[in-house]
Amino acid sequence: MTLFNNKNLSPSQSDLVLLWILRGFALLTGIIVVLITAFLLLEALPVLQQVGWLRFVSDPSWHPVQGFYNLMPMLWGSLLVTLGAVILAAPLGIGSAIFCQYYAPPFFSGFYRQLINLLAGIPSVVYGFWGLVVLVPLIGKLQPPGTSLLAGIAILTLMILPTIALTAEASFSEVPTEYFQGAAALGISRWATIRSVVLPATKSGLFTGLILGTGRAIGETMAVLMVCGNVVQTPTSIFDPIRTLTANIALEMAYATGNHRSALFVSGLLLMVAIAILVAVAEGMSRRNIYG
Amino acid sequence: MGEKSKNQISLPTFIVWAIALSVTAVFCWILGDILWHGVGQLSWEFLTTEPRNAGREGGIAPILISTCLILAVCLAVSLPLSVGTAVLLAEFTTTESRFGRLVRRSLDVLAGVPSIVFGLFGNAFFSIKLGLGFSILSGGLTLACMVLPILIRSAEEGFRAVPTEYRLGAAALGLSRTTTLWKLLLPAATPGLVVGLVLGIGRAIAETAALIFTSGYVDRMPESLLDSGRSLSIHIFDLSMNVAGGDANAYASALVLLILLLLVNGMATWIAQFWLARRIKS
Repeated sequence: MTLFNNKNLSPSQSDLVLLWILRGFALLTGIIVVLITAFLLLEALPVLQQVGWLRFVSDPSWHPVQGFYNLMPMLWGSLLVTLGAVILAAPLGIGSAIFCQYYAPPFFSGFYRQLINLLAGIPSVVYGFWGLVVLVPLIGKLQPPGTSLLAGIAILTLMILPTIALTAEASFSEVPTEYFQGAAALGISRWATIRSVVLPATKSGLFTGLILGTGRAIGETMAVLMVCGNVVQTPTSIFDPIRTLTANIALEMAYATGNHRSALFVSGLLLMVAIAILVAVAEGMSRRNIYG
Repeated sequence: MGEKSKNQISLPTFIVWAIALSVTAVFCWILGDILWHGVGQLSWEFLTTEPRNAGREGGIAPILISTCLILAVCLAVSLPLSVGTAVLLAEFTTTESRFGRLVRRSLDVLAGVPSIVFGLFGNAFFSIKLGLGFSILSGGLTLACMVLPILIRSAEEGFRAVPTEYRLGAAALGLSRTTTLWKLLLPAATPGLVVGLVLGIGRAIAETAALIFTSGYVDRMPESLLDSGRSLSIHIFDLSMNVAGGDANAYASALVLLILLLLVNGMATWIAQFWLARRIKS
């Protein structure tokens, strides 16, 4: 399909120039990831050399100015808030897609799809603001102070639901029509068809959606920063305020210097590693889908 | 019995409807809340005056200007880069080419990088290493890195959607590849490019975390691209978190941000349809 690869015809001079310019552009865009990783490493290196990896988990607390660098509470915060959001958003997102594809009357299905698209486009700072002025006071009535792990989970659920719903719907629409005809011929009900034909057939697509949602939840900063309370502590209940790795960076970058600043780049590096793992898992899943 | 089962709603149907209705309700709640509280504050004066008293009073004029400038820098850099890369990936490399695969893989990772990490990078590279400081320029450049994967992906799809006959015809006429690209492929792929552009703009105006440490907090009218400028999203964040009594203006700013996003989206749909209609006519 790409005629431009025809090696039998010698290209004109201007075509060669164009090709090299385009290669330059592609190289530049391809190298940004390398540049980001390199700069994170470069900035993280001083604290890694002077303090070492181990102290990030074994220090008594996070008081970087005094030289204590325990990142564990923030790691727990990030992990719990992400986990909670994915557990809630998975059934809601997949349920939304099932609704759109198989249950909704035609006029409502189009409307609902548009709504999910709009939900995906709302900026995280707006979600955060709404959470702060509406949701947090509501949770506060239940159990003060309101800014909490629960508030973070609720907001993140709303934010990753569209990602999961849209990928799920895309994979549902790829299920061959023969499957439904076969199921209908066997007299299987709508729900039984979905449960025993559609869901198994789209397993890897649904999983990819979950991975994408997880990635978005781990990396989310503003909304979580605004509703979670930002107290450095390992939470014992869902009403405890928490601070995530991302919020920690956003809060302390403004005044951090020396090893403190370095330590923040270490948490950036951790986030980068988490994303790389998620991308690798997603890619492995889609490959198995093709060849397995 | 048949009569009875017709009237009964099965449990899965009930659950699926409940999910859809509650998601719709929450969506209406969020939009309704922002519309309800924001629309009273919104006026021509709000859009055209400077913020006073840390943003509690006054308007958002300098903030709108800064947002536009950041966006302009971002697009000026990312558009040519992404179209160039997309042309290379779609027209000049086969799917098996190692260079193409490497570029694609790295863009996949780039698409997943959290925005706060872009902020860290932008601060270390553009603000400090290149000496641009907290400025509209470093903020725009950081955003450019961020929107590249979206722009490239939709531009590539735009080029792949151009029928092969166009290329065959151009080759048969003996046109050079450069001419084919400028006169034929670029115009034909425009709808794809526009859709990508709009998605990119949407992501860029919504972004906050990547801008805090690159374009900064200053809410004065920017005098040059090297001045610090506060984007609309940062303004909302700052008013709601750091300024007691800033909620009213934060609501209005959030409403402006949402309206901007809706306008951009509507424009995209309109442009795409316009182009489609023109292509069919000609």
